Amino acid sequence: MAVKVIYKHTIATRWMHWINFPVLTIMIWSGMLIYWANDIYQIKIGNSVLVKFFPEWFYTKLHIPYRLSEGMAFHFVFMWLFIINGLLYVTYTAVSGEWRYLLPKKGALKESWQVLLHDLHIRKTAPPQSKYNAAQRVAYTMIIIMGFGSLITGLAIYKPVQVQWLMSLCGGYEAARLEHFILTVGYVLFFLIHILQVIKAGWNNFRAMVAGFEVIKENKNVQNK
Amino acid sequence: MKEILVDEATAKKYKRKSIIAFIVFFALIALAWTGWKWLVNQPRDNGIRGGIQKPLRKVLDLNEEVYSGLYSTKHLIKEYPRSAAAKKARVNGDVGLGPDVFDPAAWRLQIVKAGGDTLFLTLDDIKKLTKIDVVFNFKCIEGWSQITWWSGVRFSELAKKYGLDKETQMKYVGMNTPDEQYYVGVDMPSMMQPQTILCYELNGKPLPMNQGYPLRLIIPVKYGVKHLKRIGTISFSETRPPDYWAEKGYDYYTGL
Repeated sequence: MAVKVIYKHTIATRWMHWINFPVLTIMIWSGMLIYWANDIYQIKIGNSVLVKFFPEWFYTKLHIPYRLSEGMAFHFVFMWLFIINGLLYVTYTAVSGEWRYLLPKKGALKESWQVLLHDLHIRKTAPPQSKYNAAQRVAYTMIIIMGFGSLITGLAIYKPVQVQWLMSLCGGYEAARLEHFILTVGYVLFFLIHILQVIKAGWNNFRAMVAGFEVIKENKNVQNK
Repeated sequence: MKEILVDEATAKKYKRKSIIAFIVFFALIALAWTGWKWLVNQPRDNGIRGGIQKPLRKVLDLNEEVYSGLYSTKHLIKEYPRSAAAKKARVNGDVGLGPDVFDPAAWRLQIVKAGGDTLFLTLDDIKKLTKIDVVFNFKCIEGWSQITWWSGVRFSELAKKYGLDKETQMKYVGMNTPDEQYYVGVDMPSMMQPQTILCYELNGKPLPMNQGYPLRLIIPVKYGVKHLKRIGTISFSETRPPDYWAEKGYDYYTGL
């Protein structure tokens, strides 16, 4: 009986993935400490508030109130790690050729839709894939673009006079702040789906992000995820 | 992706590799957690600049070096027509505006010169200088902003007029309210920016008491915390003057 070993994630990818996780968590947490001081965003339908960012119980539970200075300090320290790690990842992905697995291919949206239907058990077969399926390619590429978005909108709010052109590019100071916030909501949504997918994909997939490889017993004829 | 086929004996080797990888993984998580705990438990800097963990303050000060390199007095903040200004400017903060100790008739702007002499200026003395309008998007460190219309005299012009050449060569300007309850420190390049004014009018009328009557600082390249209301004393130094909010853990520079 033969065993197949698939080298999935390189050591660089794994390091940068796991560094990004706590760093982004700290950025989101400290961002909430900052946001609290002027928490004006809500989703409304007509006159009724659907979602308020954020309800009182949420602030209390996470010990958010009255920590603006602390939030700013952590945000403007850990931003460096977020930026450096992000730039290293983009450079690495471009130079190593890993981008071939990552960037969406032609027909990505249609195929992503098929993946989604499959994941929701509406469709029986999933489209063929290499390292990532079409939906993953779209999602992982989006998240990199969002990272750039956070960098740009963040810098626009942070230094609106010195990089005024960047602020104008974002549509103004208030707009940049809202965009920065929406991107963060996007990360949280990404994270939730990501976790569900990782659980669903199972052990071998998770191990690959830690050890780098998947191990598949050939006779069982397990599909390479 | 590289794929290899191995026999069962070699597969065991991969099992071992897996276990080692997870041991390293958990060790690194423990290390990161320890590092985080170390950071949040660092003593806070409660001296002149204090209020947050010392290592964070160090990085904020490094950030200042990065941004003061980016800074130029030529980078002007965008100005708006007067009609864009809010009719009611938002009022935030009243530290240093205690009415009990303030006597408008006795008020003088005190400028402490490098040699120790003090200039005493009345509001009329200040009004003799060129009046400048600054209509800009005022930004509060809390995250809100508002377009407001302020008028007054350029600090740079006042410094020139009163021969403060030696003083403006120094690194910092310190300012206090008359009751010394509120105080800020500002780096000289930001003070000398042409839109930095000693302001005596809001929306074309004398400053209201709660906006710092008779004279306040308007410094568009900084957050509102630096726009000290009711200036009592101005002094100069090579080291950072005390700063009310920096002592409470905010960044000292807060340059926009």
